[in-house]
Amino acid sequence: MEVLHQPKVIVGLGSCGIAAGAAKTYERLLDIKAAGKLNFDLAKTSCVGMCYKEPLVEIHDQRGWVMYGDMTEDRIEQLLERHIGENEIVEEYAVSASSFKASEDDFLKGQLRIALRNCGHIDPESIEEAEQHRAYKAIQNILALEIPAEEVIQTVFDSGLRGRGGGGFLTGLKWRFAAQSESDEKYIICNADEGDPGAFMDRSLLEGDPHSVLEGMMIGGYAIGASHGVIYCRAEYPLAIKRLNIAIRQAKSKGYLGDQAFGNKNFSFDIYVKEGAGAFVCGEETALIASIEGQRGMPRKRPPFPAVSGLWQKPTNINNVETWANIPWIINNGSEAYAALGTEKSKGTKVFALTGKIKHGGLVEVPMGITINDIIFKLGGGIQDGKKFKAVQLGGPSGGCIPAHLGHTAVDYDSVNATGAIMGSGGMVVMDESTCMIDLAKFFLRFTQDESCGKCTFCRIGTKRMLEILERITDGKGEAQDIERLETLADQIKNNSLCGLGQTAPNPVLTTLKYFREEYEAHIFQKKCPAKVCKPLLHYSIHPTKCTGCTVCAKKCPTNAIDGERKGLHTINQELCIQCGECYTVCRFDAVVVD
Amino acid sequence: MRIHRIALEPQALAEKQYDLQPLQQVFAKYKYKSGSLIPLLQAAQEHFGFLPAAVFPAIAQETGVAESVIYGVATFYAQFRLKPVGKNIIKVCHGTACHVQNATALTDALRDELGVKDGGTTPDGLFTLESVACLGCCSLAPVMMIGENTHGKLNGKMALKILRSIKNDALVLTQ
Repeated sequence: MEVLHQPKVIVGLGSCGIAAGAAKTYERLLDIKAAGKLNFDLAKTSCVGMCYKEPLVEIHDQRGWVMYGDMTEDRIEQLLERHIGENEIVEEYAVSASSFKASEDDFLKGQLRIALRNCGHIDPESIEEAEQHRAYKAIQNILALEIPAEEVIQTVFDSGLRGRGGGGFLTGLKWRFAAQSESDEKYIICNADEGDPGAFMDRSLLEGDPHSVLEGMMIGGYAIGASHGVIYCRAEYPLAIKRLNIAIRQAKSKGYLGDQAFGNKNFSFDIYVKEGAGAFVCGEETALIASIEGQRGMPRKRPPFPAVSGLWQKPTNINNVETWANIPWIINNGSEAYAALGTEKSKGTKVFALTGKIKHGGLVEVPMGITINDIIFKLGGGIQDGKKFKAVQLGGPSGGCIPAHLGHTAVDYDSVNATGAIMGSGGMVVMDESTCMIDLAKFFLRFTQDESCGKCTFCRIGTKRMLEILERITDGKGEAQDIERLETLADQIKNNSLCGLGQTAPNPVLTTLKYFREEYEAHIFQKKCPAKVCKPLLHYSIHPTKCTGCTVCAKKCPTNAIDGERKGLHTINQELCIQCGECYTVCRFDAVVVD
Repeated sequence: MRIHRIALEPQALAEKQYDLQPLQQVFAKYKYKSGSLIPLLQAAQEHFGFLPAAVFPAIAQETGVAESVIYGVATFYAQFRLKPVGKNIIKVCHGTACHVQNATALTDALRDELGVKDGGTTPDGLFTLESVACLGCCSLAPVMMIGENTHGKLNGKMALKILRSIKNDALVLTQ
């Protein structure tokens, strides 16, 4: 515990915090500090995952620490005056604290943080702070004690860690394959091409604790005998790229990266960041390698697997950001400690990006085996606006929807797979009764159709045909045989695509068909959208007794479809109505009825 | 496949002259480095805002990679543009979280206000409207990004307000 001479104020400056106004709060704090009335140290950190309370400001002093939420620039000065000036704990904004139970304690204390252990606690741009939190201890120990590479691999194998990018392949086994390949040169790759819409675990990790990823890669390099590492990062994550480059520069200047790293004659390791150019398919191993080599990012047939012939035809080991961040912890704490967490076949913890119609959206890390209901209701605080939980979408465009009645499903690879969804990289989008499942399936299919590289016929054309069918169903032109057609196409695409993108592209349609078939039938046969989302299927009318004749709707209607005298009943001309919903939004008397 | 991203209009090819001299520095930096095609294209786009047709033969000559291959790479990735873009690029997030929080309404409102389709640029060259997959700010959904600034928890009206303030600033500057 460091000794505090004066209070320390820490601002969370991750991408989402900045978007919520944290940078302005930080500037305001600089001004306050410069004014000199209040004395405090000012520091930065990254995202602690409590996105719904951003901007977050943490104050440490003799009394311990308090984290305050919703600290926009206009609130911060008053808060500081009360907390530091008047020695008062401002409970109405406190979200978590060391010495008393604050409003959002359940969110943080219900978690178990391994991959995210330092996120929101250290300044990600300071290697010294990272080192105070044990960064580079694991690799230093391995080198100092001359632990054989095989022993390192065995530790990772025994921990039971499985690939966190979604594949779920045993990391230790993957390393062993790469280690067994004989070659003069081998490569380590960190897959940071987080393309799933609705997922931001890797972004937060890279922005919050880049050193843990670098250290994980170094350990991997030592274990398989590689001396070069590449981080393939999405160009859409400028802050993550910036912080990674800072971390790499710092590690180089300390002699942790480069020739004879850590002064060890037998270990050289270098890392550079490669910016992706925007292609979802590049999350697939072989496509990612093609992209690093400067080609179109198209997957190729396996075998040979990258462990045998990968980047520049040399043995290559690829793991995802979260997997790498777990490695130093496993080495430091031992495989037993990690394997003690989770379920029989899914060990350790998993990070999820909890978003959608949830009260407390953010980043959570939980032990494997916890139920979906626990995540949504205990950590996430339940559904927004008191609505009903309908389903949760796991695994993005490759995953599926798990309905509310399966909320007791344990979050581990096998239980999730059994529902038809996949664990995926950790996107968890919560939906309530106002989400149309066909519209959602259409959304994902449009995404995969757009991102299909075009190599395999079934993925290229099959997804297009499926999308056309879904578009026609949501347009009210669905045909009786459409469900059967979707199932046939889905089966063919799954079985005849080369890579994961195609093989999993039909999952969103298949799971919604499995659990929400009646919604498809309502669209096709009754021409109705139960969630009232698909516009062509909606019918607007005005309730005869609720209408007060205020004329607001008639004025707002873009097609002049509403007629009526002031203080008299208004009516909608169905031939002119374009179902834009404007009248429904503006009516203050709930007189516009949608069905 | 993103076929719709490829410019089909022949007039797009009859473009003005671009000074390729500044690219020489980039060429020097990546000389003899394998896998440098994408960084070269990224640097060229950084400089011009898009990839003018003249860039292709220049890179081909420098790297020895066929022009057709370079064109293939440039059209494969979403990042590369073959048409000039507006001064402000509006990226409306259409990730899952934004989609369920009605990002479509945002795009619709912006499209009507600007009078351009998705991917289009306004005649005054001030705005380009784009839909993107995910900006990673899911808890602030729906989100849009203009330049480096991310705006969250929006609706159509708020988005238009931001748009108009940028327009006004531009007007003040020109007067």
